[in-house]
Amino acid sequence: MKDTALTPGITAGRLEPRDYAENFADLHPPLDRHEAVVAADRCYFCHDAPCITACPTEIDIPLFIRQIATGTPEAAAETILDQNILGGMCARVCPTETLCEEACVRELAEGKPVEIGRLQRYATDTLMDRGVHPFTRAAPTGKRVAVVGAGPAGLACAHRLAMRGHDVTIFDGHDKPGGLNEYGIAAYKTVEDFAQDEVDWLLKIGGITVETGKRLGRDLSLGALKADHDAVFLGIGLGGVNALGLDGEDRAGLRDAVDFIAELRQADDLSQLPVGRDVVVIGGGMTAIDAAVQAKLLGALNVTLVYRRGRERMNASVYEQDLAASKGVTIVTNASPVAVHGNGAVREVEFEYTDDDLAPTGQRVRIPADQVFRAIGQKLQGDGLPDLDGRKIRVTAAGRTSVEGVWAGGDCAAGGDDLTVTAVAEGRDAAEDIHKSLVG
Amino acid sequence: MANLETDFIGIKSPNPFWLASAPPTDKEYNVRRAFEAGWGGVVWKTLGEDPPIVNVNGPRYGAVWGADRQLLGLNNIELITDRPLETNLEEIARVKRDYPDHAIVVSLMVPVNEDSWKAVLRRVEETGADGVELNFGCPHGMSERGMGSAVGQVPDYVQQVTEWCKTHSSLPVIVKLTPNITDIRKPAQAAKDGGADAVSLINTINSITGVDLDLFAPEPTIDGQGAHGGYCGPAVKPIALNMVAEIARTPDLRGLPISGIGGVTTWRDAAEFLALGAGNVQVCTAAMTYGFKVVQEMISGLSQYMDEKGFTSVDELVGRAVPQVVDWKDLNLNYVTKARIDQDLCIKCGRCYAACEDTSHQAISMSEDRTFEVIDAECVACNLCVNVCPVEGCITMERLAAGQVDPRTGAVVQDDYANWTTHPNNPAKCAAE
Repeated sequence: MKDTALTPGITAGRLEPRDYAENFADLHPPLDRHEAVVAADRCYFCHDAPCITACPTEIDIPLFIRQIATGTPEAAAETILDQNILGGMCARVCPTETLCEEACVRELAEGKPVEIGRLQRYATDTLMDRGVHPFTRAAPTGKRVAVVGAGPAGLACAHRLAMRGHDVTIFDGHDKPGGLNEYGIAAYKTVEDFAQDEVDWLLKIGGITVETGKRLGRDLSLGALKADHDAVFLGIGLGGVNALGLDGEDRAGLRDAVDFIAELRQADDLSQLPVGRDVVVIGGGMTAIDAAVQAKLLGALNVTLVYRRGRERMNASVYEQDLAASKGVTIVTNASPVAVHGNGAVREVEFEYTDDDLAPTGQRVRIPADQVFRAIGQKLQGDGLPDLDGRKIRVTAAGRTSVEGVWAGGDCAAGGDDLTVTAVAEGRDAAEDIHKSLVG
Repeated sequence: MANLETDFIGIKSPNPFWLASAPPTDKEYNVRRAFEAGWGGVVWKTLGEDPPIVNVNGPRYGAVWGADRQLLGLNNIELITDRPLETNLEEIARVKRDYPDHAIVVSLMVPVNEDSWKAVLRRVEETGADGVELNFGCPHGMSERGMGSAVGQVPDYVQQVTEWCKTHSSLPVIVKLTPNITDIRKPAQAAKDGGADAVSLINTINSITGVDLDLFAPEPTIDGQGAHGGYCGPAVKPIALNMVAEIARTPDLRGLPISGIGGVTTWRDAAEFLALGAGNVQVCTAAMTYGFKVVQEMISGLSQYMDEKGFTSVDELVGRAVPQVVDWKDLNLNYVTKARIDQDLCIKCGRCYAACEDTSHQAISMSEDRTFEVIDAECVACNLCVNVCPVEGCITMERLAAGQVDPRTGAVVQDDYANWTTHPNNPAKCAAE
């Protein structure tokens, strides 16, 4: 008999084939031309617009929206990409509800902001669909820069450096470039292999060589990179995952949410991807939400996301929480995991209810689980790195590290939110600083 | 519900909403539908001499749209009726017989010679129609043949043709005026001098709605070329209101009945025309955009407004705003206002600041936290901030009370009326001394 949502254990093919396509379709389908013009007309073209200030890459949002309104989405795309070369991905994955759209004066006025994210996607999609790359390289400087990590920070840094005339080599430990854009974001946010398309489009500027399968600490050393290049940028992200530190954490069925998300993103056939009947996700960030929602979309019967503090403390935005709830994910808050039960394979996770300061209340609950995802944060991995600030690489505003000639940005660097858009800003700004130091 | 019945130069209709002479009134079928929908009257699309004219077979209309395809302005290069005179006359007679209480006025345009007018008038009278409207307005096509606006632009012709019509017909004569002229009062005076019972205005405005930037041709485009057409719709209303008001307030023209035309889209537009002196209104673009049913909103809206105001007949509204339309020189210079921003309503978009700082008087300050405040010492009360503010009622103009000092001029606000003619800076006054 065919497996269904009710089939116990971890199994693939719980849904009808057509359900997978429907469940993992574009979360926000693209606007068509008329929809874009109508949406653009709502922008007030504010003076010194709050949305610009709220954008980590400071895109001139009123200008690009006006360019859409006047029928020149290609020009709008240039306005966006000039500040944020990954504007296409950011249009899809940015938590706009806590950034530009939260700052939009129409949010204040009527609780309905201009749809900045979707308009940005309309503009960038229009340009990229034409295969146009609007940036060209400056005269060659003869300088060589190594960029470690082909995620948002590394790609943004590499593009800006190439534009300034430098030759760039990007090294990445994965098989494909893209970093979290390729491996770490829910599939319904970036459909149809957009992450790779965007990288291909970005590389059209020329002057950038990508070497995959090369990981810092395994295949590369910082010393050697420094010796071979005029500058090094580290955009290595957070390669490690925090452990729960519980009895029974080694039981079968318990794994890192990031691995599940990466596997899902790389799967050719989602009906072949196994998922539990009763799934428990531990954590309160975007990774936890992405794992929980996608487990549900794969056909899990019960998905419970458990966070140790209150809802308002969750890193996932209210929008993401609501999305999870709308897909049928149960969100349990103020509960910390205390034990993983099961004979060989996980069967239940035991939690203790806590207050917001994590003080135990003595009340416990066991939640049935045949699959458990850890999503309580990632950590920097690697030895021989520049000095740290807490658990991340210490950097100046321009991304300089404690090591001369080495810059860092993105999730691996201290400061800033762990967002794609923040990584892009940091990579871009580090590139400008590298450029200044190389030619100044 | 207020009584909307109107008597316009002796022509009675159940309400003041008439369809203007245009495509919606070209045929019996359309006019019957219009009356069933609630329109009070129609001006039948302009009749001419046989053989009927031939229209273009490409697009007849061009448009100007808002972002959501809201039709803001429409232009046309259609000519007068392209159906035989006899066909139109038969249909007019049939419809008038079936709708005796509705107004049917027949628009006419024939060459400028007395016999032509005499002949067509006789035929129209036989239909039982309530009146005629002389089309001196169409700015395209017919004007190239010495008719339409080619007549309306020459007051002598206007007077002459009007006299012929009054001589050869007992029907009420409405003269439809073209706005494509420098001073609307001149043709209006000519119509009056010729004995017209009323004028109607405005006809359409010479226009090109756009340019096709690939073909490099004006729109609407016929085989790669375009000719100017007549502009109408909501965009022309302010121009029409002014022309109606100019006629209504000119002493020599006072009392000349006016049928108001130009962008009437809602009951409110209609009420504004009536207040500026129009005895009724004629509508075209709104009907062409939304269909005949739109009149139902006009009827209910005007009724409600009149009830709220305590008006029992449309006549009580007609002309009520005319005394307040004055020359610039009559405006009270002692009326001093300042912009006031309601901080509770402000959404901090900063449009008032950008407008004032870049293009006006630097009279709005902006703080770090985006609080926008008016600097009274700079504010000239131009109203631009009110106009660009996206929130209705957020910025208002408030009058300084007499005795207060205007921080901009340092002068104490006077409570008497003083206009330009009494102001010491008046150069004309100096010259006169």
